[in-house]
Amino acid sequence: MKLLKPIGFVLLIVLVGIQFIPSRSNQSTEVPSTDFVKTYKVSEQLGQILYTSCYNCHSNNTNYPWYSWVQPVGMLLENHINKGKEELNFSEFGTYSGRKQKSKLTAMISQVEDGEMPLASYTFIHREARLSAVDKNNLVDYLKTLKLATQKNRGNEPRPENIISIL
Amino acid sequence: MIMLSLALVSWGASAQHDHSKMGHATEGQTNMDSKMANKSMVQPSVKVERSKSATAIIDNYLALKDALVADNSNKASSSGKTLFDAFAKFDISAHPKSQQKELAEIIEDASEHAEHIFENSGNIDHQREHFEILSTDINDLVIIIGSDRTLYQTFCPMYNKNEGGVWLSASREIKNPFYGSKMMKCGSVQQEITVE
Repeated sequence: MKLLKPIGFVLLIVLVGIQFIPSRSNQSTEVPSTDFVKTYKVSEQLGQILYTSCYNCHSNNTNYPWYSWVQPVGMLLENHINKGKEELNFSEFGTYSGRKQKSKLTAMISQVEDGEMPLASYTFIHREARLSAVDKNNLVDYLKTLKLATQKNRGNEPRPENIISIL
Repeated sequence: MIMLSLALVSWGASAQHDHSKMGHATEGQTNMDSKMANKSMVQPSVKVERSKSATAIIDNYLALKDALVADNSNKASSSGKTLFDAFAKFDISAHPKSQQKELAEIIEDASEHAEHIFENSGNIDHQREHFEILSTDINDLVIIIGSDRTLYQTFCPMYNKNEGGVWLSASREIKNPFYGSKMMKCGSVQQEITVE
C-alpha cells in the first residue's frame, strides 16, 4: 500500500509530461496541384464529400477535433493519420504512377462499395463523415469513370516492342 | 512524268509497308488493352523471352494463388509475405534502362498488394481483391522481363460484381482463386503466355 502513492505520483508526472508532446502536425493551408481534386478536376460537390469523409486521415491536412490536444489521444490520432496517409494520400495523388493511381482507384471503389471506408470506428464519433446512400453511389460512379479513363491512357501498358511475336 | 509516277508508286509501296508494320503494332496494343476491355474474347498467345529473373516472383505468386484456390487465408498471408520479400530482392538495375521506370512502378504497386495480402490473414475477400490487381501487375511484369515457364492468363467474368478478374496459372486446368470451392470451375483461359 505504501508503494501506491509513489506509483500514482509517477503516473501523474508522466501524464502531465506527455501533454507537452507536440501533436496536430498534419496541417497545411494550401491545396497542392498534385491533390486528387485538382488532378482530376473533381466537382465541388464530390470534393466536399471527400473532404468530409476521407481527407482527415488521407491527406496532408487534418481538421483536428478538440480532444487531439489531449495526450495520449493526440498521439493515437497522429499514428492513425500516418498509417492512413501511407495507404492513400489524396494530397499526393498526382505524384502516383498511372499504375498506382488505377490500383488505388480500384481499392477505393471496393472499400466504399463494401462500406469498409470510412471506418465504422471513425464515423461512430464523426457522424458527419458517414456517406449517405446517394453520396456513396455518386462517389463510386465517379471513381469508376476515373478508373476507366486511367485504364485507357495508362501509358504503361506493356509496349508492343516487348512482345516478341504474336502467334 | 514517268519519274513522278514511279516515285508515287514507290512511296505508295513504302506507305503500304509502314501500314502493315503499324497494323502489327496496333494488334499488339489491342491485344493488351482488350485484356481489360473485351473480356470474353479469346486472345492469341503471347511469346515472351525465356528468363529466370522472375522465377522467385512467379513461384511465390503461384503459391499464393493456390492458397486462395484452397480458401486458405493463413497460407495466402504467408505466401504474401514471401512474395513481398521476392519483390524486395528483385534487381531492377539488372534490366535495360528503358524498362526500369515501368518495372519500378510495377514492383511498387505489386509489393503493396503483397503486403496487404500478408496483413489481412483471416479476411480472404480482401486478400482476393488485392490478388486481382496484383495479377495484372505480374502479367505485365512477365510480358516485359520474360518467364521461365508457360503461363495461362485466365479470366473469371463473374468476379467483382461481373466486372471480371484475371489471374495467372501454370496449368490450363481451371481452379478459381477468386471463389475457391464456391465456384472452382468458373473461368476460361484467354491468353497463353509462352516462352521463347
